[in-house]
Amino acid sequence: MSEENKTIENVTNSEYKWGFVTEIEEDAFPKGLNEDIIRKISEIKQEPEWLLEWRLKAYKHWLTLKEPTWAKVKYESPDFQDIRYFSAPKQKPKLNSLDEVDPELLATFEKLGIPLEEQKLLANVAVDAVFDSVSVATTFKETLKEKGVIFSSISEAVREHPDLVKKYLGSVVPYTDNFYAALNAAVFSDGSFVYIPKGVRCPMELSTYFRINAAETGQFERTLIVADEGGYVSYLEGCTAPQRDENQLHAAVVELIAMDNAEIKYSTVQNWYPGDKDGKGGIYNFVTKRGLCETNAKISWTQVETGSAVTWKYPSCVLKGDNSIGEFYSIAVTNNYQQADTGTKMIHIGKNTRSTIVSKGISAGFSDNSYRGLVKVHKSAEGARNFSQCDSMLMSDKCGAHTFPYIEVDNNSSTVEHEATTSKVSEDQIFYLNQRGIPTEDAVNMIVNGFCKEVFRVLPMEFAVEAQKLLEISLEGSVG
Amino acid sequence: MITIKNLHAKVAGNEILKGLNLQVNAGEVHAIMGPNGSGKSTLANVLAGNEAYEVTEGEVIFNGKNLLELAPEERACEGIFLAFQYPVEIPGVTNSTFLKTAIDSIRKYRNEPEISAKEFLALIREKAALLDMDNKLISRAVNEGFSGGEKKRNEILQLLMLNPKLAILDETDSGLDIDALKIVSKGVNHFRSPENATIVVTHYQRLLDYIVPDFVHVLYKGKIIKSGGKELALELEEKGYDWLKTDEVEAV
Ligand SMILES: Nc1ncnc2c1ncn2[C@@H]1O[C@H](COP(=O)(O)OP(=O)(O)O)[C@@H](O)[C@H]1O
Ligand SMILES: [Mg+2]
Repeated sequence: MSEENKTIENVTNSEYKWGFVTEIEEDAFPKGLNEDIIRKISEIKQEPEWLLEWRLKAYKHWLTLKEPTWAKVKYESPDFQDIRYFSAPKQKPKLNSLDEVDPELLATFEKLGIPLEEQKLLANVAVDAVFDSVSVATTFKETLKEKGVIFSSISEAVREHPDLVKKYLGSVVPYTDNFYAALNAAVFSDGSFVYIPKGVRCPMELSTYFRINAAETGQFERTLIVADEGGYVSYLEGCTAPQRDENQLHAAVVELIAMDNAEIKYSTVQNWYPGDKDGKGGIYNFVTKRGLCETNAKISWTQVETGSAVTWKYPSCVLKGDNSIGEFYSIAVTNNYQQADTGTKMIHIGKNTRSTIVSKGISAGFSDNSYRGLVKVHKSAEGARNFSQCDSMLMSDKCGAHTFPYIEVDNNSSTVEHEATTSKVSEDQIFYLNQRGIPTEDAVNMIVNGFCKEVFRVLPMEFAVEAQKLLEISLEGSVG
Repeated sequence: MITIKNLHAKVAGNEILKGLNLQVNAGEVHAIMGPNGSGKSTLANVLAGNEAYEVTEGEVIFNGKNLLELAPEERACEGIFLAFQYPVEIPGVTNSTFLKTAIDSIRKYRNEPEISAKEFLALIREKAALLDMDNKLISRAVNEGFSGGEKKRNEILQLLMLNPKLAILDETDSGLDIDALKIVSKGVNHFRSPENATIVVTHYQRLLDYIVPDFVHVLYKGKIIKSGGKELALELEEKGYDWLKTDEVEAV
């Protein structure tokens, strides 16, 4: 690499250090979307007939839908015929052994801090890595198998556990749900599948790492997690993408099913490329995430959102079973020209269902950050309780913070509480910390970390540390 | 320790300090008194480097260094400490995290290693006990939900933890009942040593019964118009400021 290129790399890395591109030969489909493309995806994946049928139905439905426009975000709508719907590293990875994975790919994940060689991994985290459209490696499979836990790519699960997949796929987020959910159902390429058998506590954290590499390619992954009665799992999700001038689309669907007495903890650190300082490039992140709770079950969504040019995302809980619990803890950071419209939906159906929403929005630069949340209490949900806390912090005079709480209560034995605050990082606070010897960058980080504390507290340890660092990088130089 | 010469400073476009001179040596305690609005907090903020205040003229030499050239955090690391008249709240950041970060930042500036968790805990327990502070306040967020008195006590805790060279106390007595006043004074007297110095800003004589100053200065309309020993404070208590206003200021 020439001296000049090195310098350029250093400069760009200091802004988004995951922005490199892996030089790897890819098998990619031509651009555009039609039935043939969908058939080809299904064929490559050796899918059963029912799945192809489902994809085609979803596609036909999608054709009847219009892109949603109600979110408080402005962007040029993607040209869906100008996107490649499938791209995979050429040497087809065999999923049985890491030795057969292209060393270039292993090196990429190594560079991202996601070593896939099991002996090098952090103790107690099993990883599935998805590169462009396919899963390249899943670690610790054997250890998990002993407990009966299934953790694999969804493509593999379709082949190995077709009954489980058929039973639950689309059961929480049907393809009719919304525009992007329909698109995802039609073209989803890969993602993770987890099944926790009855009464099993998953012995380690499960983690999926998503990476978009190829240009002009969309990523449409689909994750399905089922915790059978009394099961428990903590699942982590991370993601990055190269720095590119054009916008790339990411439209994922995540479905969680927590059966009676089961618990699922789902944590995300979303760090897709956010675009440059002038708002050029970046990922459009349009994601549907929803969980279903049966009796006494619990689902917690925790998210730290620092990336993407545009985010549209509302991880939700359907509290169907009596006494079930839904939680949503979120930190959303926007800087430069990023836009985020994110929040949650808590649907109370069962008796004595409880939900907690803690949302922390931090806006800097010229960005726009909105919380949008729905708390719906059905007539059947006697004694339901919700508590929502939505706090916004402004780091500049040019950014925006908005809160759109929707509350629908059809039942008078329930309690719904909503609190919201907006604050600005004040010069007085920074001066106070400066006066105690703390430099301004550290002072801002300290104030922001304090603001986000309730959310960091519920993140798994290693993730919390990573998330804190990410926040610092995202907000570098945003005050003063 | 610190030499202030002909200091002029503006805030929001108005000149507040109009040629202030002051010399404070190691081992001394100076009291600065004066009616509301005379510029006492302005002086404290200018010395600490608050950017809302603009110095237009004059110089300040602190232990041989040109203080006015330094950033606020550098001044703190050099040994300037300001106990704020109105301490701010930092939600979600515990007192102990904040204080450990502060100590380590100062140590880093001086190329010293970080304080160990053990050493830190021992130190904070000792100082909190001296100030009769509940341990709960240490693990609570900085000043969040603290009463006025607790905030002032927390400032003195920070003073004792950071052990600066020059402490500037801005109206640390205001809002304190007599018991709290005694405890805060005990903390300050504990801090006093031949190596450091203290500037006590107040407009009540009462505090000076407990923190006995070596010198008392009267600040009025941005200038020191009279200096004396501790008896000057008593005289001010008795006569107020009016007798000074008439002869001295009008003459200048
Ligand atoms: N941040 C500020 N903005 C505008 N005016 C200020 C500010 N701080 C102080 N002042 C003004 O400067 C003058 C001196 O204030 P201050 O130094 O706080 O006095 P003191 O502490 O002696 O009561 C007052 O007239 C006050 O209104
Ligand atoms: Mg004052």
